[in-house]
Amino acid sequence: MPKALKMDVEASQGVKNFLKHLLESGKVKGVFALKKMNDSGAVSYSLITSVEELASAEPLMPLMPENAGQALSRLTVKEALKEPVAAVLRPCELRAFTELVKRVQGSEDNLLLISPICAGVFPLSSATDGSWEKQMASYAESSREGKIHPGVRKMCQACTSFIPGRADITVAFAGRKDTGSSCHLILDTPRGEEFAQGAPGTPETVEKEPAELAPLREARAARRSEVFKEIDVQGQKGLIKTFAPCLGCHGCMHVCPICHCVLCVFDSKMYELQPWSIESEPESKGGIRVPSGTLFFHLGRMAHMAVSCVNCGMCSDVCPVNIPVSEVFSMVGDQLQKVFEYVPGRDVEESVPSGTYKEDEFAGIGEQ
Amino acid sequence: MTQEFKPNLVGYLCNWCSYAGADLAGATKLEIKPTLSVVRVMCSSRVNSNLVLTALAWGADGVLIAGCHPGDCHYEQGNYYARRRFALLKKILESLDLEADRIQLSWISAAEGKRYADIVNDFAEKISRRGPSPLRNHSKI
Repeated sequence: MPKALKMDVEASQGVKNFLKHLLESGKVKGVFALKKMNDSGAVSYSLITSVEELASAEPLMPLMPENAGQALSRLTVKEALKEPVAAVLRPCELRAFTELVKRVQGSEDNLLLISPICAGVFPLSSATDGSWEKQMASYAESSREGKIHPGVRKMCQACTSFIPGRADITVAFAGRKDTGSSCHLILDTPRGEEFAQGAPGTPETVEKEPAELAPLREARAARRSEVFKEIDVQGQKGLIKTFAPCLGCHGCMHVCPICHCVLCVFDSKMYELQPWSIESEPESKGGIRVPSGTLFFHLGRMAHMAVSCVNCGMCSDVCPVNIPVSEVFSMVGDQLQKVFEYVPGRDVEESVPSGTYKEDEFAGIGEQ
Repeated sequence: MTQEFKPNLVGYLCNWCSYAGADLAGATKLEIKPTLSVVRVMCSSRVNSNLVLTALAWGADGVLIAGCHPGDCHYEQGNYYARRRFALLKKILESLDLEADRIQLSWISAAEGKRYADIVNDFAEKISRRGPSPLRNHSKI
């Protein structure tokens, strides 16, 4: 059983105390976590370097203003961090960051990765209208009881990868009955243990996934198949029905942590209508959609990133016309990942499926 | 009498093998269905998903990708990558019920003129039987 640090405060405060200790003792030079912008409820990911600023940090606040993987990539893509920084990010964000590091879009050097066993986040729209705050008590309660809170994002309700796979320190949160009065920081790696030395709390050993988490895992898996059943993307008919409202704002793409290309081909003018196609296409097709290529954009993006989809749900959350983008991409992603036996964010050394091959695979393909 | 459906097919052929195979098929005067529009690419791994999807979205009824047999790639490993990409795209089309058999990857070497003719004819016949692609002639895509 892994070693852990037990603290006699609730989880969010426990993490904050731990971060404060790290900063004060000089073990880290900065903390990367969610921070309140003011008292409006708006939060953003921030790199915090002073203990005073840390006061307004909210490391476990159930909101995701941006996938932290993308935010960390912004910080480390040009150069690895030179000083140690403790980063608090959710399991899907950690997976996203891992996928980005694989694609040379960031570096894990000097990062201490801290991630909670996640109970989900509220939709972004609830950040400033205060509705998430009103739900915090029931959120903490359902988290303790290992139940799905009905207010969290749909993809969070349907997430079965809520236990961080490769964090240095895992914060025991969802499904733990004791999180109201105490919390455990599970030290998963020697690096985590090293940083936790001298931190406030009592050493213990705890199970990372105790039996009490099983009902939550089952409930999430059941919700996942429900969510996949709710979407209609079967055939051209279903796809057009689902994606017809698309404005072409490409918001889903811009918030997607896996979509990291500096200039996406779909943002370029490559697939804009050309004068000659305005003449020839209506002739062959009997009409032309303006703008053209909406479905093509979604299918193309899917072919590029769905195999690495981390199910964070950002795309659905930002869609102005409520297309279940994340639900569709996760459904397809699950199937692709099975084909390549690939788990996004599992291992930073593991190659992306399209970037590698085995000589003796897919034997049937090409022979016909 | 109903007019026979003539499919619109796009073929992405590797410059080093399948394209030469197509040449050989022509030089040996084999009968080849005229429904395939050939695009010459430098390697089957050049064919990314967008090229296939563009063809389908712009009105093709089927897309054939042809490259060197495994182990024979001019660039040593390009066809292995092509095979993975093809498997990925095929799975996407399968999971969305988009008639995944409208795309095909075939290994055809420069010496296989007969194989080229057979594959193109079989593919054309298969797609003729399937009828027009659901994505074709659709002004809403």
